[in-house]
Amino acid sequence: MTVQRPNSFRTGPDERGHFGIYGGRFVAETLMPLVLDLEKAYNEAKADAAFQREMESYQAHYIGRPSSLYFAERLTAHFGGAKIYLKREDLNHTGAHKVNNVLGQIMLAMRMGKKRIIAETGAGMHGVATATLCAKFGLQCIVYMGAVDIERQRPNVLRMRMLGAEVRPVTSGANTLKDAVNEALRDWVTNVADTFYCIGTVVGPHPYPAMVRDFQSVIGRETRAQMQDAEGRLPDSLVACIGGGSNAMGLFHPFLDDPSVAIYGVEAAGHGLDKKHAASVTGGRAGVLHGNRTYLLMNDDGQIEEAHSISAGLDYPGIGPEHAWLHDIGRVKFLSATDDEAVAALQLCSRLEGIIPALESAHALARLPEVAGGKPKDHLVVVNLSGRGDKDLDSVAKYLEGGR
Amino acid sequence: MTTRIDKRFADVKKESRAALVTFTMAGDPDYATSVALIKALPKAGADVIELGMPFTDPMADGPSIQAAGLRALTGGQDMKKTLAMVREFRKDNNETPLVLMGYYNPIYIYGVDRFLADAKAAGVDGLIIVDLPPEEDEELCLPALKAGLNFIRLATPTTDDKRLPAVLANTSGFVYYVSITGITGSAVPDSVKVGNAVGRIKRHTKLPVAVGFGVKSAATAKTIAEGADGVVVGSALIDVLRSTLKDGKATPQTVNAVAAVVSDIAGGVRAARKVAAE
Ligand SMILES: Cc1ncc(COP(=O)(O)O)c(C=O)c1O
Repeated sequence: MTVQRPNSFRTGPDERGHFGIYGGRFVAETLMPLVLDLEKAYNEAKADAAFQREMESYQAHYIGRPSSLYFAERLTAHFGGAKIYLKREDLNHTGAHKVNNVLGQIMLAMRMGKKRIIAETGAGMHGVATATLCAKFGLQCIVYMGAVDIERQRPNVLRMRMLGAEVRPVTSGANTLKDAVNEALRDWVTNVADTFYCIGTVVGPHPYPAMVRDFQSVIGRETRAQMQDAEGRLPDSLVACIGGGSNAMGLFHPFLDDPSVAIYGVEAAGHGLDKKHAASVTGGRAGVLHGNRTYLLMNDDGQIEEAHSISAGLDYPGIGPEHAWLHDIGRVKFLSATDDEAVAALQLCSRLEGIIPALESAHALARLPEVAGGKPKDHLVVVNLSGRGDKDLDSVAKYLEGGR
Repeated sequence: MTTRIDKRFADVKKESRAALVTFTMAGDPDYATSVALIKALPKAGADVIELGMPFTDPMADGPSIQAAGLRALTGGQDMKKTLAMVREFRKDNNETPLVLMGYYNPIYIYGVDRFLADAKAAGVDGLIIVDLPPEEDEELCLPALKAGLNFIRLATPTTDDKRLPAVLANTSGFVYYVSITGITGSAVPDSVKVGNAVGRIKRHTKLPVAVGFGVKSAATAKTIAEGADGVVVGSALIDVLRSTLKDGKATPQTVNAVAAVVSDIAGGVRAARKVAAE
């Protein structure tokens, strides 16, 4: 396949929501008018300086932005190569990058007069962020979560309930994130008049992938400015884990047109790429699910396969359509990390830096031997530390006891 | 071009009644039972047959049809077998229209051109693809029309007058009015609202309008049939099918039990004699 290299990597999607052949609006007719309304409302909000100002104010005073860009001295010494910086999204209120997107979508929901918020969640971080902002703004909140994930991310279930959200267990399909998205879509089809679907990552029908990216791009914009302050120049490499790809897209997007910056997305290789995994770019093919065309894990009949990752937040058989496009045109390189590697990286970061990363983020850390090791000492690497690992301590303890 | 679908709706109209459209899932619970079932449906009173193409992630379907799809997939159903079922059906039925209904990904992966050629050759008359709104017409709708298949579109309570023309533009065969906002098998539709909605759609098109979602009994079928050109029944049939299974497997009652409900509902549809067609 020959793909035309564009002049800019930052102009997508087109007006129909396409990034190259990816993206689009593959939804049931019932939802189509809602998706069009959302697009219109988002475009208006985006152009409204007051909306942007209000969002920035909440980012500063409620979320605690900017999150720091922290020089990880001992990790740097450990790998003996590039200078490693961590973008500390774990320090945000609610403990992950997810809240950046939720703030934007909830403000938009209120602008549209929607009072009932639904969300899907895997690791529970998006669910917690949604429950948090619904509490703050007095909105009803219903979170769909796979029964398997409810089990492995219990602390987050308790947090959501404490915040007043209703957590609805999903017992269809594989009982994980993909099925939670299906259930949320079914809810939305049923409750069209008053409901806003707050999607947790850069997937779904247009305008979701672009909108979520825009709300998360604050990560990359801050990183640019902070690296300028710290080192007087751009970073050389960026690394982020990929579930649907929102923390990665948020970090990457402001740097896409800087050719000197190498960009790496790390997918979850689960038990290994030849076994059960969640690496949709590395191990999948183009198909259509959840409103967009993108890389998906599936069989030869087009039936979606269950993903596997120790990390509930990466346990999804697809990826955002913009990533699919960036892969095809070669702007972002996709790597992967296994469960074993992620757990080891989580332990290493905890012990060397005093920072317990989320299992999701640990997948990005797990590729530091290649991305940072062996590089010159003045090479600058930024890892998106997308969230904190408190929620994962049970899973990791069980895993280390051999109960994988 | 007059298709089997056009002809069937015209014939039914001559009888001053609505058509009964049945939905069952290809391969549920196994290939042989499913073939026997679609062969039995016309005799039981089905005027148009919708055959579901199973998909792992049916985002607009309720628990009944979700489970039917999973039973079919577990039983080894795939697109090749679904098309083979249509060929078997056509061996001794050349009149009853057959429409394939499902989601886009299995077709996309089979290959659009190859799928359309194979479906046409097998004797498929039309397609209903839930996740292909008019905004994505280039994907399958336009190629399907070119290949001589009807592309039947869903219209819903959220499809307002401004949007209807876009939805109807490339629709052929019939319009499928989804009577509720919701997933398959959920609420019983409000017959007054449905009547008004059918009237609204008919102001925009000459195509027959069939109404589905939530039709569970001969009585609801009769009410709907008074205002619409067709009544679609799906989850109710699948619920009966499921109730005959033992350990997930078909029993000797399976086909007959479903055929019996179809006869019953067909009675309801036929009882709603239209006073006069417009
Ligand atoms: C901390 C953290 N990082 C990453 C992810 C993966 O999502 P995304 O790829 O959209 O950033 C999640 C998802 O739950 C998460 O909780």
